[in-house]
Amino acid sequence: MTEALLKVKNLHTEFRTEGGIVKAVDDVSFEVNAGEIFALVGESGCGKSVTALSIMGLIPNPPGEITSGSIEFDGVDLLSLPSREMRAIRGSRIGMIFQEPMSSLNPVLTIESQLAEPLKIHENLSGNVANDRAKELIDMVGIPDSATRMKQYPHELSGGQRQRIMIAMAMACSPQLLIADEATTALDVTIQAQILDLMQDVTSQTGASLLIITHNLGIVARYADRVGVMYAGKLREVSDASDLYAEPHHPYTVGLLQSVPRLDADKGSPLSPIAGEIPDLTDLPEGCAFNPRCEWAVDKCRIEQPTLEETKPGKQVACFEHETVALRV
Amino acid sequence: MWRYIVQRVLVSIPVVIMVGIITFTLVYVGPGDPAAIIAGDEATPEILEAIREDLGFNRSFPVQMGDWFWKLAHGDLGTSYFSRREITELITPRLQPTLSLGFQVVVLSTLIGISTGMLAAWKAGTRLDRNLMVLAVLGFATPGFWLAFLTIWVFAVNLGWFPVIGYSPIQDGLFSHLHSLFLPVMVNSILASAFISRITRSAMLEVLREDYIRTARAKGASEFSVFLRHAFRPSAIPVATVIGASIAGLATGFVLTETIFAIPGLGRMLVDAIVRRDYPIIQALLMVVAVVLIGVNLIVDILYAYIDPRIRY
Amino acid sequence: MSVASEPRTEWELAPPWSTRLKGMFGSTVKAAKRDVVLAVSITILLIGLFLAFFGPTLARTDYERTDPINRMQAPNTNHWFGTDNWGRDVFDRTIVGTRLSFLVGFSVTLISTVIGVGVALVISYFKILDAIMMRFVDGLLAFPTILLALALISLIGPSVGNVIIALSLTATAGKIRLVRGAVLSLRESTYVDAARAVGVPVPRILFLHVLPNIVSIIIVQATFTLASAILAEASLSFLGAGVPEYVPSWGNIIATGQGYIQVGFHISFFPGLFLTITVLAVVLIGDSVRDHLDPKLRGRLKTTAQQ
Repeated sequence: MTEALLKVKNLHTEFRTEGGIVKAVDDVSFEVNAGEIFALVGESGCGKSVTALSIMGLIPNPPGEITSGSIEFDGVDLLSLPSREMRAIRGSRIGMIFQEPMSSLNPVLTIESQLAEPLKIHENLSGNVANDRAKELIDMVGIPDSATRMKQYPHELSGGQRQRIMIAMAMACSPQLLIADEATTALDVTIQAQILDLMQDVTSQTGASLLIITHNLGIVARYADRVGVMYAGKLREVSDASDLYAEPHHPYTVGLLQSVPRLDADKGSPLSPIAGEIPDLTDLPEGCAFNPRCEWAVDKCRIEQPTLEETKPGKQVACFEHETVALRV
Repeated sequence: MWRYIVQRVLVSIPVVIMVGIITFTLVYVGPGDPAAIIAGDEATPEILEAIREDLGFNRSFPVQMGDWFWKLAHGDLGTSYFSRREITELITPRLQPTLSLGFQVVVLSTLIGISTGMLAAWKAGTRLDRNLMVLAVLGFATPGFWLAFLTIWVFAVNLGWFPVIGYSPIQDGLFSHLHSLFLPVMVNSILASAFISRITRSAMLEVLREDYIRTARAKGASEFSVFLRHAFRPSAIPVATVIGASIAGLATGFVLTETIFAIPGLGRMLVDAIVRRDYPIIQALLMVVAVVLIGVNLIVDILYAYIDPRIRY
Repeated sequence: MSVASEPRTEWELAPPWSTRLKGMFGSTVKAAKRDVVLAVSITILLIGLFLAFFGPTLARTDYERTDPINRMQAPNTNHWFGTDNWGRDVFDRTIVGTRLSFLVGFSVTLISTVIGVGVALVISYFKILDAIMMRFVDGLLAFPTILLALALISLIGPSVGNVIIALSLTATAGKIRLVRGAVLSLRESTYVDAARAVGVPVPRILFLHVLPNIVSIIIVQATFTLASAILAEASLSFLGAGVPEYVPSWGNIIATGQGYIQVGFHISFFPGLFLTITVLAVVLIGDSVRDHLDPKLRGRLKTTAQQ
């Protein structure tokens, strides 16, 4: 077994708000191996994006703060790095793509200058060399007519093209890890697949790991090697992707899978969405945060919080009743 | 880009015409018989009639307005009731003090306003930020003519660093020129920069919350570069707007400061004309000021397009 | 059921604005309890209003009559702010001057707000009227307020009423442009579409759905108008285009003192201080009202307040 590229250990990230302290990420641990595609899934507000921003060191402080834990990247603890060294890693060894292609590119700077920027910052390339590289990057992400595109502004490009530019920018310095935070959510379904294929291609070419943050289980099934399921700031299940669909061990995972519309289901058979609502993060229920919505919940779940435990090789679940759950499905 | 500029120019034309109509109508419908003002207190009805005939006051409203516009279009601003001289001739010697004052104030207030606004945004939430913003609010609320009074009292009357009033033209030496304008420049700059500073700060803070700022940080850009390269230009649009607006404010400020500091500029000329009820001069100056301000707005519009490529179509 | 359901839908879309106004008032009072600056500003404004009403009653001297024996006295126990070149008590003239500032300020604010909002709402629904009106508004706004007011007053003569008319003209034009812009953008919004889709008539949409949403803009703008009208009145009086010299107005008194800067600094200093503090209070109230009323800003303020 190779050494993991990214090791997140007991990460706690909190936000101070008017309503109280929100534990957006609460004791999250997982590892991403070199060259693999790891997906973090969950509903909006479950803490998956905050986890990504914590890795990047981009938690807005205030109001947010990483209160404890460690994030080890290639043997270095990112949380203990001085900001200057963290900056040197951002954009060079870890690249990131964001959700909104419309607003993630600077509207007043040309594509060229935005693409060349990481090269100038991290590889000290001079203007012309960086611009030539930028042109190659546009070709790499499959946008035709790169010479014209270079001189254009973001508003002259389509959403899909902008996201390709974001990928080119994130991959400019050949990072070891690419983080895609809901990178395809705002795009049309047909474009989504193209963008995901592109991310898979560019990372596999350089051997980079890919961390996909998404709420879309379809994407997870199609692309991810391993999956972490998050709910209310905690990881509930970590599993091989194929195994997750075949044998979900956490009630929340089961609920998520059942709420996805399927083409192969009987016509007219109802979807079964998860009952209840996502809890208020400032006022979480006692015990397991999922217990009010869980059909398997027992008394213990309302008092004690389950921790993530290995149930079989390659599978970790945080549920007292996981054996029952596994049997039911 | 050119299409945009042409379009903005075309949009300004009806405004200029409207300004002309308002200016002319204002004086036309206003009470007071211009012939009586010209002739003085002891004029006989015959003399009044002769003046009306001579200057065309007995023609119909549209004809008079048409005539006024026609002359205006040919650079003829009319004749003063009082001195009977061409107004363009009267304005010419008044341009230097006002333009010099205007240039200095715009440059200085823009520099001070933007730099303090950015400093406040950079240090947002700190004591420095709060102090700068307290100063900005103070500058916004202080009446210019009172601030002028205070500065004269401190720097001219008590310290004697500057003359109490008076103007020294550029021809008499640049230093004495700048020296004579120093206090009025300062007073107007402080007031104008307060406004610019407030807007710069809030525009910067607004932009710093944008997604593309996060992207810049994700690229590993330094905070300095995030601030100057990524955040400043997008936030420059409201700043340009407010600089334009502050120039309009200067027109008012100059009327007051030129009066207080006895600077022989256009503002002073307007006040004198109002005291003498010299309507052609009032008309001409209103028109000149409005057209200059429409021009300033046009420049600001074109600056928008330069700042933000999305505006050029 | 269907009869009852319509108003309920509207209620959910946009609460009637009596409720909103009450909420705004309540939140302002609550804000004043937490915000010292706001509380102080409101207190200053209330003192100003008190002086505006009772200034002439409080005056201990005949503030219009000259008293040459006591002219140009520096501040002393008898004349707190000293006396002017005619021997009139500057303190009395200053507190009496409050009335004129507040009269002009509040009149201009009220007139321009009522007319401006009314005209803007009407023209936003009549395209031709809108086109004509906006050309006129653009023309008016091309002039600097005080310059236009100066010219106007030189024509119609200096009096309190004329000062109010002259200043209301440009203030109203400004209001029309602001409110019309807000109304037009609101008309595009989803909840107005929703109201229209369920068949709510246009005037009702304007009153129930559009107006409540621009109330905060109008209130903030009104404080701005109040501040600038008070400043403008003082400027006009200072230039001699306001009320006659013997009537106490802050601008008048400052103009008087201007001529005696070497020996009578106090004459201009005190009324100027009153003027500055009043305008400052109004501006600060406007700032906090904006911060507290604008829901978008509110969320942000909370996070920055946490810093």
